[in-house]
Amino acid sequence: MTEQTKELAGCAAILEKHPGEGRDSLIPILQEIQENHGYLSEAAIVAVGKHLKLPTSKIYGVATFYNQFRFQPVGKYHIQVCRGTACHVLGSLSVLEHLEKEIKLKKGNTSKDGLFSIEVVACIGACGLAPVISINGEFHAKVSPERIKKIVNDLRRNHE
Amino acid sequence: MNIEVNNKIIQAQEGDTILDALKRNGMSVPTLCHMKDLFPSGACRMCVVEMEGSRNLVTACSYPATEGMKIKTHSDRVIHARKTIIELLLSNHPDDCLYCIRNNHCELQTLAAKHNITERRISGKKNDYKLDISSASIVRDPAKCILCGRCVRVCEEVEGVSAIDFSGRGNKTVIETAFRKGMNVSSCINCGQCITVCPTGALDEFAHFKEIHTAINDPKKRVVVQHAPSISITIAEEFGLAAGTNVIGVMNAALRKIGFDVVFDSSFTADLTIMEESAELIHRIQNGGVLPMFTSCCPGWVKYAEQAHPELLPNLSSCKSPQQMMGALIKGFYAEKEGIKPEDIYSVGIMPCTAKKFEAQREEMTHNGITDVDAVLTTRELAKLIRLYGIDIHSLQPELTDNPLGTRSSAGKLFGASGGVMEAAIRTAYFKLTGEEMIEYKVETIRQDKLRREMSLNVAGLDLNVAVVTTFLELERLLKDIKSGKSKAQFIEVMACPQGCISGGGQPIVPSPEAIKQRRMALYDIDDKSAIRASHQNPFIIQLYNEYLGEPLGEKSHHYLHTHYHERDVLL
Repeated sequence: MTEQTKELAGCAAILEKHPGEGRDSLIPILQEIQENHGYLSEAAIVAVGKHLKLPTSKIYGVATFYNQFRFQPVGKYHIQVCRGTACHVLGSLSVLEHLEKEIKLKKGNTSKDGLFSIEVVACIGACGLAPVISINGEFHAKVSPERIKKIVNDLRRNHE
Repeated sequence: MNIEVNNKIIQAQEGDTILDALKRNGMSVPTLCHMKDLFPSGACRMCVVEMEGSRNLVTACSYPATEGMKIKTHSDRVIHARKTIIELLLSNHPDDCLYCIRNNHCELQTLAAKHNITERRISGKKNDYKLDISSASIVRDPAKCILCGRCVRVCEEVEGVSAIDFSGRGNKTVIETAFRKGMNVSSCINCGQCITVCPTGALDEFAHFKEIHTAINDPKKRVVVQHAPSISITIAEEFGLAAGTNVIGVMNAALRKIGFDVVFDSSFTADLTIMEESAELIHRIQNGGVLPMFTSCCPGWVKYAEQAHPELLPNLSSCKSPQQMMGALIKGFYAEKEGIKPEDIYSVGIMPCTAKKFEAQREEMTHNGITDVDAVLTTRELAKLIRLYGIDIHSLQPELTDNPLGTRSSAGKLFGASGGVMEAAIRTAYFKLTGEEMIEYKVETIRQDKLRREMSLNVAGLDLNVAVVTTFLELERLLKDIKSGKSKAQFIEVMACPQGCISGGGQPIVPSPEAIKQRRMALYDIDDKSAIRASHQNPFIIQLYNEYLGEPLGEKSHHYLHTHYHERDVLL
């Protein structure tokens, strides 16, 4: 089974659990799909549209309104950069910019080799460690542009 | 019910919003997102008024009028608020009015001028979005969009297509197709209704100006033009004449002045469509063919059927639209008759419709690799062309269209309004079945101002149930009724735009529904006064069959006048 057919089968299984439902169950369905596959693929959205009799443009509109939905699979290393108030005050913008430069990837995207993805989050509740980033759930405290370089290099080396 | 507006008492009716009451009394407040007959969205806040007893300003478009309410429509506070709204809308707007396609026709520009905004007081980060030029019909420029939402609403709530919607949030909100993939792979049916409601230059037709200009100036090319039935009664509005003024003679003269060598009338091929389509209908009924049969002259509907109802494709009439029949005849019959090569002809359609641009570039609409219709201009584009050439239409002498493809019956002319194809088809089908003419040509039921009209006729012992429907919202309801047996329609005319071609997406942009009614009345008036009122009586149609085509549905007809459809994979 290819990745896509596997994913579509999973999507169909989720939709089966919501028979005859209307537009009000759109968000729960999208959440469930994302939980299963890590992101919302085009094929999944089309399938949801058929199931709920909603135009894809509308579903795409709803999904892009909320930060929680992703349209690309996350990378092997999913890096969340906290842009909350405390982190902002201690220079998280510069951390983010260096990170984007270091892995040549814009926030919200996944690198072509599937190694990295960057997500900006509002606050991850670790203000005492600001500025903080989280890689696959593991926190890195008081990061600086220099440390970013080291962290990324370590990850690359790990991968090789 | 009495309400007090600016210290004067005016009458309001139960269920009125403040805006309705003001309009009823000849007053107005500016609006940018308001759309008649649709539920108010209150998005733009331009219509705010001061209401006694309310701390905040209220939106006139959505606030109900109540007995004894006291409002001020132009107080200092109100004017200041409106001015600020415009300034905020302009803060991220590209300042290129001079180069904008909507220059002098832009609602935002007009409001800014009215509110005496002469400098940029608030400056924000400019919108930086790419043009969407993927569609053959419509160009989108999200940088100029003010997010009023009219296009989204007309697409969803009037047409029933929903090709575009808001995406993103906050200052990143932008109106987009699904997955931002572009109009060409979206469910857009190219009707162009979004263009006619857009207050700014964010939406426009895909212009075919340059190609036409080159062809006109190429001495080797014979440039042949056809104009659709509704053009002659709508273009007048672009030149300050009353809606519904028929300027066909002057328009012919203007086209020749511009440099078009030959001027044909698509109403002639509308007559031809009727000959073929009525023969097809009778053939299907008498031989147990696929029913109900749908008309196929609206390219918006054809694309909708291909993407949303591929199961209905066998039900669509195989007739090409009048534009494409004319295109095929120009490069086939006419070229042969004149002894010129089809590739030396440049064929132009002037259409009320942006979807015709899409239709003209369909693969099926070619012969031996040569496109039947090379370029399509909308009514608005023709007006621009006339202005570009400095032609004063008020001083021109009327001229006739050219034959052999320029004489029409008034049945062909009726194609311009929803129901027209049906009326014309009934006239000819009646004659074909009974051998007699109808005593009264006019079919009142079909002329009603509704989205759906159904009736049944008995012609020579044959029961014929017909339906006329506009917009896909209504079509879906009709399809449901057919499925449940509530509707017995056997022949169905479908048009994408609410009133048919007279309200098409390429027509002059008018703010009032009254103008569209005038356009319709003008077509009916032409029909009432015509000597030839049925397609089969058109002497040039008879001659064309005798000389060239032979029989309706014959071999030549099939080659030139009929087509086929295919399922289309788009993001529904």
